Amino acid sequence: MKAGWVQRLALAVYLALFFVYLLGPLAVMGVSAFNTPSYPQVWPFEGFTLEWFGKLLADQDMMYGLQMSLWIGVLVVLISVPIGLAGAIVMTQIPARARATYYLVVVSPVLTPGVIIGISTVVFWREFTTMSGLRFMYDGVVMTVLGQSSFISAYCMLIILARLQRFDRAQQEAALDLGASYPQVFRHILLPFLKPALFSAGVLAFLSSFENYNTTTFSILADKTLTTVLAGRVRQGTTPAISALAVIIVAVTVLGAIVYEVLKRRDDARQRARQRAASQAEEAELGGEPAAA
Amino acid sequence: MSGGLPLIIGLPLVAAVLLVVLGALERRHSPAAGPGFFQRNGVAVGLYLALAVGFWAFFIIVLPQLAMVDMSFRPKLPPSQMGGPKDVFTLENYRYFLFGSTTSTASWNILHIKAFFLTIGVSILVTLLNFAISYPLAFHMAQSAPVARLRVLLLLLIIPYWVNEILRAFAFRVLLSSGGVVNKLLLGSGLTSEPIDFLAADVGLYMGLSYAYLLMMIFPLYNAIESLDKNQIEAARDLGAPWWHIHAFVVMPHAKPGIASGCTLVFMLCAGALAAPLVLGGPRTLWFTPIVYDRFYQAFNWPQGAAYALILLLTCIVFVLAVLRLFRLSLGEITR
Repeated sequence: MKAGWVQRLALAVYLALFFVYLLGPLAVMGVSAFNTPSYPQVWPFEGFTLEWFGKLLADQDMMYGLQMSLWIGVLVVLISVPIGLAGAIVMTQIPARARATYYLVVVSPVLTPGVIIGISTVVFWREFTTMSGLRFMYDGVVMTVLGQSSFISAYCMLIILARLQRFDRAQQEAALDLGASYPQVFRHILLPFLKPALFSAGVLAFLSSFENYNTTTFSILADKTLTTVLAGRVRQGTTPAISALAVIIVAVTVLGAIVYEVLKRRDDARQRARQRAASQAEEAELGGEPAAA
Repeated sequence: MSGGLPLIIGLPLVAAVLLVVLGALERRHSPAAGPGFFQRNGVAVGLYLALAVGFWAFFIIVLPQLAMVDMSFRPKLPPSQMGGPKDVFTLENYRYFLFGSTTSTASWNILHIKAFFLTIGVSILVTLLNFAISYPLAFHMAQSAPVARLRVLLLLLIIPYWVNEILRAFAFRVLLSSGGVVNKLLLGSGLTSEPIDFLAADVGLYMGLSYAYLLMMIFPLYNAIESLDKNQIEAARDLGAPWWHIHAFVVMPHAKPGIASGCTLVFMLCAGALAAPLVLGGPRTLWFTPIVYDRFYQAFNWPQGAAYALILLLTCIVFVLAVLRLFRLSLGEITR
């Protein structure tokens, strides 16, 4: 099969080119973090150094920005996941005629450019806090958390909604028939069912918040986060310390992805084991007759 | 204090309360109504749902947008005069965008108008380019890659995804600057005798934009193509369809929502991009979003900035609607 051989070669070339394009720039940047010249340079490789990592850690602004980014990330998770959960539950309950409008409103932040979300947040809250005497709330961190929450809550809602649509209402009915109260059903049936989605939503919310620049740069006001400090540094000039930061972020991402994958696989395995145990118990109860699966 | 705020807060709230009341009245009169909202969720959970969604929808989404629209039609005033007799509705901010002056309409504001159309045009081109680059990979991953390879490919895709936009742009700067790797290679191989200034020629900007949002195209495409039954492709092949027929008449129609979703996302992110133009833009490039930023934090003219932002937002809405119309889809299908 000559045609098949050509096709496979074309595919291999395409895949190679694609991933060179995707990962090449990051690799180049990564190498420049370990090279001695003060301008990020890959070739010639003049000598291995960790100096730039030290420079990075000694950068007060950068470290302060990192601290703020972490704080904002945590706050955004604490706000966006509960809002996303509520948004998803309301989506399943809202009357069909209102659903399209509701959907349009809550999904619109996903399709709105980030800069516009940042702008509208500061414009509204500057006036609102002045008018209502809550001026102390007009603060870079608060504004950033509010601005980021608008679209991150929507991400969370979409993730949770995807799982919620597979929820078997019969479970809830059964619990209610057996005398559970509504808050009990919510706590003991719905939340455990949604736990994986809530976890994914939390991780995604934190990462989206941490790497956000467009909304943050407008809403952070006089304060700073890692991304805004970084933008300033990159504009001033290029130093390998920035490459060093990228290396750290990539390393943490890869580590995080691996941990997430391992946790997920373990969870899946546990789920399967539990299902197997349940079906075996069922079979045993039915007098050893194999279930007609 | 601008006089518009009570109205901005009041109108949507009144509308929402009216809708809820109407809904409740209708329920009372319809014989087959199910359990009510609070009956169905319990008071505590019901309250949480209503408050969380209410706060989100009103204070985080709708009211800020309306406040921005309102501000864009107001003149720039010192705080003491806000709400005073001079605080009237005006088109001067939009006039400034078109004519470069708040009063005269004698000459066009070429600089800003050019930046605007450049931004839109380049965003469309980058969207098309990314579709062309991503489609084969998405198809391969969804339909023909073995499971083990698929896992590796997905992991490789996810790594750059979480590297921040500024760093991704910075990587291209390292790559393309006059002392960068590409120029060293070109010089070393004797292809050119002096370094090419990729950044000034905006090559860096276009590549950086395409690179930054590549994954926003791949994932929706992959999800959409993955749900296509392999048998359909087999059937088409058995019936003698050439490969491009299979793509044009089997795969793409099926993947329509994914294509639309990817295109909308990439366009919107490109048109609203701030990091890549700041880091990679040549000295003469004027992207639209940095201009908006300067209206706010250089010129400190917030109403003008709001007007510029609204122009950008309206363009994005028009684009989304055009894509939906073009593909004959509903909004729900592309945000899945």
